[in-house]
Amino acid sequence: MNNGTITLTVNGKDFRGKKVEGKAGQTVLEVLRDNGVYVPTLCYHPKMPPYGGCRLCIVEIENMRGLPPSCTTPAVDGMVVHTHSERVVRVRKTVLELLIAYGDHNCLLCEQSGNCELQDLVYEHGIEKIRFKAEKILKERDISHPMIIRDSNKCVLCGRCVRACLNVQMNGVIDIAGRGSEAFITTFNNTTLIESNCVSCGECIQACPVGALTEKKSKGMGRPWEVNKIRTTCPYCGVGCQLWLHEKDGRIIKVTGVEDAAPNYGRLCVKGRFGYDFLYSEDRLKTPLIRENGALREASWDEALDLVATKFKEIIEKHGPDSIAGVSSSRSINEDSYQMQKLFRSVIGTNNIDNCART
Amino acid sequence: MTNSFVDFAKAKMIFAIGTNMTEAHPVASSFVKNAVADGAQLIVVDPRRTGLADYADIHVPIRVGSDIAFINGLMNVLIAEDLYAKDYVASCTVGFDELKAKVQEYPPERAAEICGISADLIREVARRLASVKPALLAYTLGITEHTCGMNNVLSCANLQMLLGNVGFECGGVNPIRGQNNVQGACDMGALPNVFPGYQKVDDPASQKKFKAAWGVESLPDKPGMMMPSMLEGLLDGKIKAFYIFGENLANSEPHIKHLENCLKAAEFLVCQDIFPTETTRFAHVVLPAAGWSENDGTFTNSERRVSMVRTVSEPPGVAKPNWWIFKEIARRMGHEWSSNSAQELWDNEISVLAPQLVGIKYRRIEKDGLQWPVPTEDHLGTPVMHKDGCFTCGLGQLIPVDWSPPAEVPDEEYPFVLSTGRRLFHYHTRTQTGRALGLNVLLPEETADISTEDAAELGISDGEYIVVKSRRGRVRVKAKVTDRMPKGMVWMAFHFRETCANWLTNPAFDPFTQTAEYKACAVAIEKM
Repeated sequence: MNNGTITLTVNGKDFRGKKVEGKAGQTVLEVLRDNGVYVPTLCYHPKMPPYGGCRLCIVEIENMRGLPPSCTTPAVDGMVVHTHSERVVRVRKTVLELLIAYGDHNCLLCEQSGNCELQDLVYEHGIEKIRFKAEKILKERDISHPMIIRDSNKCVLCGRCVRACLNVQMNGVIDIAGRGSEAFITTFNNTTLIESNCVSCGECIQACPVGALTEKKSKGMGRPWEVNKIRTTCPYCGVGCQLWLHEKDGRIIKVTGVEDAAPNYGRLCVKGRFGYDFLYSEDRLKTPLIRENGALREASWDEALDLVATKFKEIIEKHGPDSIAGVSSSRSINEDSYQMQKLFRSVIGTNNIDNCART
Repeated sequence: MTNSFVDFAKAKMIFAIGTNMTEAHPVASSFVKNAVADGAQLIVVDPRRTGLADYADIHVPIRVGSDIAFINGLMNVLIAEDLYAKDYVASCTVGFDELKAKVQEYPPERAAEICGISADLIREVARRLASVKPALLAYTLGITEHTCGMNNVLSCANLQMLLGNVGFECGGVNPIRGQNNVQGACDMGALPNVFPGYQKVDDPASQKKFKAAWGVESLPDKPGMMMPSMLEGLLDGKIKAFYIFGENLANSEPHIKHLENCLKAAEFLVCQDIFPTETTRFAHVVLPAAGWSENDGTFTNSERRVSMVRTVSEPPGVAKPNWWIFKEIARRMGHEWSSNSAQELWDNEISVLAPQLVGIKYRRIEKDGLQWPVPTEDHLGTPVMHKDGCFTCGLGQLIPVDWSPPAEVPDEEYPFVLSTGRRLFHYHTRTQTGRALGLNVLLPEETADISTEDAAELGISDGEYIVVKSRRGRVRVKAKVTDRMPKGMVWMAFHFRETCANWLTNPAFDPFTQTAEYKACAVAIEKM
């Protein structure tokens, strides 16, 4: 060990075997990930404290008993690690079979199909049948919340939602209750979500690897493989969160946070995540309107813009340019505000241009 | 903001004053909470016990509008106990002697009396603030929306300079902006006194530069009117035509009745918007605009980060991008402008004309945005301004200020202070959030938040409809009785038309900035 650098040997007997370097204080999984060595995970999330719950990241470490989860095992200089030994892979497959047996995982009926880490892991491990059969008593879904559907039958108890709520957004609204096969995610006092003190940020949905937490508004709107992800900036407050707009057929069907970008690093609030569909309101202004005999009537662009230009010219002629004033929108893009102040200064000839920064 | 949001999570000491961050800027608040979990100290100064106060080491419930007295009291202690950053003050600032003389008028006992807290609390906050370097100061509209708003801001800056906290990561003075692009609208020169990039309209060099750039022979060289003066101008006839782009003034401005009289008086009112609003009712012409995600462009957030906004779909009907509408009006008034897209406007005009933005081009912000100033095309942006206390303007100016009470204070007839703001589930006048499915379920109506003591005294129970009235109007609204409110105070938002706080608020303005005193007016409460 030198300057806190540690060296691990990974899959040494394998033809891809190599020595990898890490920093003292890292977990085995962190060292492996930093070096591009793949280990399957489910409960692990790079922005949350390790949990060691799903047992999929188990590895074999020479001179250590059992198969420790790499996400909670501190990396030590000189460790010899096997990520895909026969024993490791066999146990991982069993873990996956147990997870499937425990829940109601029917991809045909699941909104997350195609965007599900469990589905991917089962495919990756070539699991074709489940040897275990559990007595399944299906629980009712919690659809009390206008934005969030909770289906505990699809939950794998990875606890990512719990940590998203407690450690990332720091609201601590949900936790795991019960033990063993009776364990489930719930709110304080086991209420529905709408009755809890949930702030509806949806961080839990973004963290969920399966279909246990999904967006109500997005249900049935499109499959993950039909969607384009378009990066943009949130239109609400001054934090300027970076968003992925999930677009299908020219319509936003879901919004998620961009995980690796400032300023929000994946986090969103209720408005940023769920406040997008005003765009599709029938109330939208679709055509210019002109007041005539006291009421607004539809008009063409030419008619409306000529009227504005003519009136402005008249008023400038009669009362001077400083008799015209305007306020720009601090909701719209920079280019719009630039253009409006340019119109006022260089065409109308007044500095009577402001925006709502002051009031 | 002098600093970046990333600092909110890394700071070791955070002083949050007049910012209801968990509701108005929830993602920013999550980083503050993370810092607390990592051992940072948090001091929350707010009359209400806000959501953020639940995470604070100290909550300082000062009276509405007493911020300057409080901060002067803090600085009094810092100087009296020799806890201020002497080297920093000596080498990076000017005006210390004047500041010292002023804050000597605010011993903790006097400040405490104005603020309605104990003198010992002021001492404790001062000592704690001085004990961690640097400390990060964040504020929002609780500081600015007062008749003494500018002085409140100066106080925040004074405090941070006295502590030697400006110019360092995890320090600084950090106003979190209310709207997505209010920073950008100012940067673009949608202000009566400056061209894009804060170049003064009355500066001959700027005049020359913009005349050449825009190909015109003359440009107005006297600062124009601020918005409140424009509105008054409609009434007294100085302003004949008024152009409102993307704002619902009829709900968002103080004293709605008066405001509507101003709008009614307009000889010619143009409204450009994406929805019909309470404001477009007064328009002579309504121009339908493209909304967010219906054209490309950029927003600039509170940390001065210019980020891309992208197109998902075409605007509905024949609605058009706003920049196109302005260009068309210019054309019809005899001016042909060449830029024909947001990118052309940015790359060929804005970033050429605004010195802070010269290094930002669309191709550079395809992925992550850049924080201005970005002086050259290989510059990586500026996460912390006034680095190491080297102020952009030379030396940091300590400017002594006196406390002044709000324009309207409680009396026998109107014994409560009304303060206003935004709630978590809605945004401003609900033109957007009111039309997003589900948000109305999460917050279906406005409440008047009052303290449990006042509710008991007046015999009001939680959920009961009451009348809140001021000298300007009255609203019937549901009472929310909560121990988060101090005695003598009412709090309301401006999201819902019928129960909008702005029927009640006072159109009194800061004399310099003309920011309205949304945070303080006198009201009475009546049982129905």
